[in-house]
Amino acid sequence: MTTDAIISVKGLTKRFADGKVVALNGVDAEVRRGEVLVVIGPSGSGKSTFLRCLNLLEVPTSGTVTFEGVDITDKKVNINVHRQKMGMVFQLFNLFPNMTVMQNLTLAPRKLRHWSQKQAEERAMQLLQRVNLEGRAGAYPNQLSGGQKQRIAIVRALMMDPEVMLFDEPTSALDPEMVGEVLDVMKALAKAGMTMVVVTHEMGFAREVGDRVLFMDEGVVMEENTPAELFGNPQNPRTKEFLSKLL
Amino acid sequence: MEAWFEGLKAQFHLNFIQGNRWRYLMEGLGNTLLITGLALVMGVAIGILIAIVRSSYDKTQMTAQRTPARRLFGALNGFCKVYLTVLRGTPVVVQLMIIYFVIFAWSDNGTMVAVLAFGLNSGAYVAEIVRGGIMSIDNGQFEAGRSLGFNYASTMRYIVIPQTFRNVLPSLMNEFIALLKETSVAGYVAVHDLTKGGDIIRSRTYSPFMPLIAVALIYLVLVMFFSWIVGKLERRLRSSDH
Ligand SMILES: Nc1ncnc2c1ncn2[C@@H]1O[C@H](COP(=O)(O)OP(=O)(O)OP(=O)(O)O)[C@@H](O)[C@H]1O
Ligand SMILES: [Mg+2]
Repeated sequence: MTTDAIISVKGLTKRFADGKVVALNGVDAEVRRGEVLVVIGPSGSGKSTFLRCLNLLEVPTSGTVTFEGVDITDKKVNINVHRQKMGMVFQLFNLFPNMTVMQNLTLAPRKLRHWSQKQAEERAMQLLQRVNLEGRAGAYPNQLSGGQKQRIAIVRALMMDPEVMLFDEPTSALDPEMVGEVLDVMKALAKAGMTMVVVTHEMGFAREVGDRVLFMDEGVVMEENTPAELFGNPQNPRTKEFLSKLL
Repeated sequence: MEAWFEGLKAQFHLNFIQGNRWRYLMEGLGNTLLITGLALVMGVAIGILIAIVRSSYDKTQMTAQRTPARRLFGALNGFCKVYLTVLRGTPVVVQLMIIYFVIFAWSDNGTMVAVLAFGLNSGAYVAEIVRGGIMSIDNGQFEAGRSLGFNYASTMRYIVIPQTFRNVLPSLMNEFIALLKETSVAGYVAVHDLTKGGDIIRSRTYSPFMPLIAVALIYLVLVMFFSWIVGKLERRLRSSDH
């Protein structure tokens, strides 16, 4: 199964605060092309750090991250080129508040891929239709609901035609009634074959959409399996404990 | 009472009307506004550059390696710190005189020296305003830019700085107001600014009251006018706070 890995992580370690905090402690993992990999675990277990190391938003203390055959932790690699192919969606959306939805969407493709304004806007309208927000192109982020903001943030990442999408708790900051609309967009994306890594507390989503689940605790991957196996028949005592607390 | 009023009228005539002395004030006012405006433009340019160097150095502190480029960057950052310390730590009138009598001793273009001196000085204050503005932008904005594939400089240029500018615009206007008053020492280097204009009249008519009060009133009206604009701007920015 290693041949179809789009991202593979070896011995990933990340320390913070002059080495006093070990957020990741020798993680080995891989993301396979076309799969939805769900990462779960208690607060502070290193899920966000793991995800942010995948596109080097967090620079690993040691270990390697290989993306499409290139070791992107190598200092000689131009990380900006590779990041264009790794979309990222944040818990707090991080839309640009001084720009309209359309400007949020077209900025990166225009500047980085040198698309014309027209070309970028056409693509943006296509994607906005897919998330049912074609009517909000002229709105500013503060005029949108949380669910709408997150759907726009997903579209902004999709504008660069990424090979993989990274999600860090995309629904954690949302009012409960808006969680569904964002998860629906993510489900549709998964169905369309997008490779996705999703850190989430939405176990329903993990079960339904996930191809594999990683359970992390104390900076290591404690258990890794299909959702059916991991949720139905957990092996590691920590996994059992974590899952029992959720119910 | 009537005699007092007549006296005032005579004073007014002597100081402003006779010999078209009001022109000293108008010419001075023109120079004051010119020096203030040009110095602010220069100050903003210097301030933005220093702010970018300083905040970039701080932001990349954690991940940086000891390469020669980094050491050069460190030296640049150190230079900026010294600049800020010296220009904010000495009186602007002393800086003005050093530039005029020492550095540009061969030139007698006081107005350009004043622009240079006040521009350099205001750059130090603007730098701290802009740096505060950059630091106040949520790091998530920066990360969103980087995750899309923008490099450090482009993220600053397209995402962080435009937002910073909105936030610091009122502070920059206040800097302009402060600068307007500060330029009143330009007379030290033989510049005919507003204050000097009033002083010229005083030295001709030997009556200090009218010209100096007039100078004070003109400054006051200008400051109140620009403060009113800042207030309007602040409300505007707040209400359209997207
Ligand atoms: N920038 C940082 N500086 C210092 N410590 C950090 C930093 N980021 C994370 N940590 C620490 O690293 C550990 C792992 O954090 P991380 O954010 O990856 O956890 P998480 O699993 O995403 O938690 P949560 O579910 O609360 O989001 C925690 O102990 C955290 O305090
Ligand atoms: Mg997290």
